[in-house]
Amino acid sequence: MIATQNLTFSYSSEKNFSFPDFSCADRETMLILGKSGRGKTTFLHLMALLLKPTGGKIQINNQEISDFSVSTAADFRAKNVGIIYQKPHFVHSLSVMENLLLANYLAGKSQAKDLAKHLAESLGFAEHLHKKTTQLSQGEQQRVSIARALMNKPSVILADEPTSSLDDDNCLKVVDLLKKQIEEIGASLVVVTHDQRLKDVVEKRINL
Amino acid sequence: MNLLKISWSNLKDKPLTSFLSILLMALGIAIISLLLLAGKQLEEKFTRNVAGIDMVVGAKGSPLQLILASIYQIDAPTGNISLEEASRLTRNPLVKSAIPLSMGDSYQGYRIVGTNEKYLQHFEAEYEAGKVFSGAMEMVVGSKVAKNLELKVGDTFASQHGYDKEGDVHEEKKFKVVGILKNTNSVLDQLMVTPLESVWAVHDSHHEEEAGKGANALKLLEEDTSTDEEHHHEEEAKEITSMLIKFRNPAMGMMMARSINQNTTLQTASPAIEINRLFALMGFGIDTLKIIALVIIIVSGLSVFVSLYNSLKERKYEMALMLSMGASRTKLFFLLLLEGLIISTIGYVFGVALSRLGLWLMSKNVEQNFHYDFNVLSLLTEEFWLFLGALFIGLLAAAIPSLGIYKIDISRTLADE
Repeated sequence: MIATQNLTFSYSSEKNFSFPDFSCADRETMLILGKSGRGKTTFLHLMALLLKPTGGKIQINNQEISDFSVSTAADFRAKNVGIIYQKPHFVHSLSVMENLLLANYLAGKSQAKDLAKHLAESLGFAEHLHKKTTQLSQGEQQRVSIARALMNKPSVILADEPTSSLDDDNCLKVVDLLKKQIEEIGASLVVVTHDQRLKDVVEKRINL
Repeated sequence: MNLLKISWSNLKDKPLTSFLSILLMALGIAIISLLLLAGKQLEEKFTRNVAGIDMVVGAKGSPLQLILASIYQIDAPTGNISLEEASRLTRNPLVKSAIPLSMGDSYQGYRIVGTNEKYLQHFEAEYEAGKVFSGAMEMVVGSKVAKNLELKVGDTFASQHGYDKEGDVHEEKKFKVVGILKNTNSVLDQLMVTPLESVWAVHDSHHEEEAGKGANALKLLEEDTSTDEEHHHEEEAKEITSMLIKFRNPAMGMMMARSINQNTTLQTASPAIEINRLFALMGFGIDTLKIIALVIIIVSGLSVFVSLYNSLKERKYEMALMLSMGASRTKLFFLLLLEGLIISTIGYVFGVALSRLGLWLMSKNVEQNFHYDFNVLSLLTEEFWLFLGALFIGLLAAAIPSLGIYKIDISRTLADE
């Protein structure tokens, strides 16, 4: 689970953000809708401990994480938070399989080849495991980045505009896949987006 | 998946850039390594052959040429001197021993040296087969000659005038092999040694008689008591090319050398001085090559620097991504350092291999021309330092751009794209 209270952040004295409280239980999906410039990505980066909040609290699995030091935060994030970025980015020189195993390696966990194969099967890119990521289509790359976010069986998955570059068909498919995966590993899913198409498939949502 | 694998993949991902960096490093290492090897082996050869010879007496001309021809058998002889005049010098009490040499003929490209048994003793030669010569036209051959020309005791052949294979053949007089030497690791291995009398016999029309006279003159070398009158009977005496001399007291010998240069038609040369001069001359060229090699290595470092610097800009997002996935900055710093180290190491290995190949080619070429060979496979301690130097340059070239890792703003980089 993940929850925030009175979360604030400021880039400068003129650019202040304060974010609504929310809580998202295991196997639950939370949609955070907002137009560009409303601090969607900032909110996500705060939850991911990539930014340190100026005020407020964040709990993941009932553990207060907002005051973690940089290295503790990095370690906690690697083990407990899976992040899906707006544009799928990978380590260019590595194959799909290697990019998946990289998540294990950098989190200091044993490299789960079988899990990678299983995820590739269920997300439908099993035949591409030994290709370079650049050889895959945009949709396939997005599915690989979902698999990568799941490699360490995190308790929270944060997705930043995961569907904005996809057509309607793929958009619904990706959301479906994500929901199925969090069901399987018992994680909470937080999706930050301006994509109104997702309103109809996710019940819990807040607006920025 | 580990750092080494990621580094290696990154290098493979840019094959041309990596190849260029490795090639430059390899070239620089190869040149320095080749210079070290060749210099060392040449010096070893040169000093081993010079041991026990304090002075060489020969015809006036270049002292370096005299040394090269008489001791190393790699240059043309300077010209002839009168055996009688040379012999007179040897009666000076400062002279401990003197070995006469007569050169100018060859067989199948191998030099024939007319001398006496002392020359063989000088190299502490041992016999693989046969024994020492006991008269004119008998021949003892060095190990390499015997091996390459497949000569056995009892073989006969005619020599050629000069060192070209096209030289006139002295058909009427044939040499007979009476002894084959063991390997001495000296110039003797590539020589064919015969008594002085043979050389005279081959070159004179009425050789038998003349050879007898020469033998008389030779006796003077051994008899310190011989009188001046005896010498005068030998007005038309034989000629030799040069004489190798060892002094009882080298310091006093130098004074004698000066007096010979001033008062006679002969010339003396000190091997130590001439070889130092030769190395000093070559040293300039070697130093220049070393500087060029160093510049190449530094350019290799620059190429690593530029390629990492550029790729770090391209890979900024990749780095931020890995940071967000739990990598520490230090880990990523090492990841990039590793790329520099891999290039240095591969470049070094290729460079050393290349230098061996170069030395091998050189030694084949040198052996054909001068019958000098090099030991190709020894690794030098200097090359260990060279390895550390290569690693240092690789590290330095990688470290400077890699420090950029510590400046990446993870959140901003990830949000920007």
